[in-house]
Amino acid sequence: MSQSNPPTFMPSTETVFQRVGENTMVVNMGPQHPSTHGVLRVVCELEGETIVKARCQIGYLHTGMEKEAEYQQYHKCVVMTDRMDYLNANGNNLAHALAVEKLLGCEIPKRAQYLRVILAELSRIASHLVWLGTHALDLGAMTPFFYVWQQREMILDMFEMMSGVRMMPSWIVPGGLRGDMPEGFDKKLLQFLDTFPKELEVVEGLLVENPIWKERTYEVGVLTAEQALDLGCSGPILRASGVAWDLRKTQPYSSYEDFDFLVPVGEKGDVYDRFLVRIAEMKESCKILRQAIEGLPEGDFRTSDRKIAPPPRHELDTSMESLIHHFKLYTEGFRPPVGEAYAAVEGPKGELGFYIVSDGTNRPYRWHERPPSFMNLKALEVLAVGRLIADVVAIIGSIDIVLGEIDR
Amino acid sequence: MGELVLQTDSLEERKLREALPNALVKAKVHKGELYLCVRREQIREVAALLKNDPELEYRFFSECVGVDYSRWEHERDLEGRFEVVYNLLSLKLNRRVFVKVAVDDGQKVPSLVPVYAGAEYPEREIWDLFGIVFEGNEQTQRFLMPDDWVGHPLRKEYPLGGEDVLFAGGERGPAVEDIAMPHAGESFEGKTGTEEVSGR
Repeated sequence: MSQSNPPTFMPSTETVFQRVGENTMVVNMGPQHPSTHGVLRVVCELEGETIVKARCQIGYLHTGMEKEAEYQQYHKCVVMTDRMDYLNANGNNLAHALAVEKLLGCEIPKRAQYLRVILAELSRIASHLVWLGTHALDLGAMTPFFYVWQQREMILDMFEMMSGVRMMPSWIVPGGLRGDMPEGFDKKLLQFLDTFPKELEVVEGLLVENPIWKERTYEVGVLTAEQALDLGCSGPILRASGVAWDLRKTQPYSSYEDFDFLVPVGEKGDVYDRFLVRIAEMKESCKILRQAIEGLPEGDFRTSDRKIAPPPRHELDTSMESLIHHFKLYTEGFRPPVGEAYAAVEGPKGELGFYIVSDGTNRPYRWHERPPSFMNLKALEVLAVGRLIADVVAIIGSIDIVLGEIDR
Repeated sequence: MGELVLQTDSLEERKLREALPNALVKAKVHKGELYLCVRREQIREVAALLKNDPELEYRFFSECVGVDYSRWEHERDLEGRFEVVYNLLSLKLNRRVFVKVAVDDGQKVPSLVPVYAGAEYPEREIWDLFGIVFEGNEQTQRFLMPDDWVGHPLRKEYPLGGEDVLFAGGERGPAVEDIAMPHAGESFEGKTGTEEVSGR
C-alpha cells in the first residue's frame, strides 16, 4: 500500500532463509507444482539431493472467511464452511452445526443425527478416495486414480440426490438438516455399500504388495507418537503413529456411540502406515453407513424449535405463527445467548473444530475453524529433513492436505 | 499452607493453584468445558505444568485462537483488548481445557513453541491477523496475508473490503465498516435498506 515499495506477490527465495550454507542450494516447489495439491509452496534447502531444511509458504488461497463470517448471520455462515475443506463439505457443515447448537443449547432428533452420520461418513470416504487417487498419482501409479474417481462419482451422485448439489451441499445446518432423505436414497446407498468394498479391494490390490509402492513409502517420513501429539497432528496421521485416538469413539457426537466400528491404528507412523490406516478407515465407514441406514429411526429431520429451524412448508399456508417464524428466521436469523463454544468432529483429515464466540446478536462475534490440515502441515517441515527431495512428494501426499482449509 | 479456594471442582485448577499460586486469575466451567484464565507472563509455566503433570498429561496441542474484544459489550473473564485461547487436550483424561490469556497492544505473549512445537503455525497466524506478538516466535513476514499487506484484518476496527484493487493504480474497493448495517458484507455498494431493521 505504500507507494515506495512496489508490491511483491511472492517473496523471493532469499528472503525465506537468511543464510544459505556453503554447500547448499535452495529449491522452490510450487506454488503451482502439480504434486503439491493446490497452491502450497515448499522452499527446500538442499545439500546434494538431501533436504536440510524445508519451509511451507501458505496463504495463496486466503479469502478471509473468518472476517466475512463476523458480518453474516449464523445460517449464512454455513455455505462458507463447505468451501474450506471442499473434499469434506458435510464434515465441515457438521462441525459448524454442532458448535452453533452448543451455543444455542438445542437438541437434535435422532433421525437427523443418523442422517448427519450418513452424510459425514460418505464425505469421509469421498475425501479418502481423492487422497488415494492423487497420492498414488503423485508416486507414479496412475491406474488407481481412475478407479477411485468412479467410486467418488457415485458418492457425489448421492449428495446430488439428497441436496441437489454435488460438492457443496450445505445440507447440515444448525437445527438439523435442510431436508429429509429422498425416496430411493436408501436403496442407492445400500447398492453402493455392496459394490464399493469390492472396488476398493481392486485398488488396494494394486498397491498394498506392490514393490514399487512399498519402495517409495515404506519407512519414509516416520512420525513418532510423541512428535505427532506435540505438533498437534490428528486424524489418520496420529493413528498411523500408534495413538488410538478417534473423537467418534472417545467423545462421541451425533449418535456415534450407537454404531459398532473399529479404530485402525498403525505401528511405525510412516507413509505406508498412513496409507493402510486410511484404507482400513474407509472399510469401517462402510460398516457405520450400513448400520446407520438400516437402523434409521423415524422422526423429524430437524428440531421442532421454530426459532432455530423453519416450519414445514405446508404449515405456511394455514398458520400465521409459522409464517412469522419463517419470515423472522430467514430475515433476522437466531440469536444465541452470550458465550463461547467449541465443538469438534473427527474429519477425514483430523480434528475439525469450530470455536465460536457469541455476543448475543444474530452474527458471530468471532468465528474460527480449527483446520486439521493446517496443523498437520507443520509435520511436513519436520518429516522432510534428512530425506531425499523425491520423498517430499510422498510425504505431502500422505499428510493429505487441502489448501482451501489451510488458508481459509 | 492454607485451604485452597477453588472456583471449579476440577483437578486442573487444584494442581495449578498448588504449583503456581499467582498464575490463575479465574476458572470457570462454561457449557461443560473448563476455562482457565491465567496471567500472560506465566502461560509457558502453566502449559508446561498441564503437559508434564503425570495426572493431567495435556500432551495434545489442539490450537490457539485470537479474539479481539474491543467491541465487546458484555461481562468478560479478563482485562485487556485481545484474548488468546489455547485449546489443549488430554488423551489420558479424555478432557479438553481452554487456557485464556489477555493481551493489549504493545504487550507480548510468551510463545508456547518451546512447550508444544505445534504452536508455531497458529501463533504466526494470530500475529498476521491480529497483530499479537509472541515472544520467542516474532515474525517479520506475513503468513496468510500477502507480503505487502498493511494492518491486521481480524481486528474489529478493520473494515471488511476496502483493500487496494490490484493493477488499478491505487483505486480502493468498497468497504463495510459498520457491522450493524443491514446487508453488511453482502452488497457491493455496502448500503441497502434502512438502518433500523437488522435483516431484509
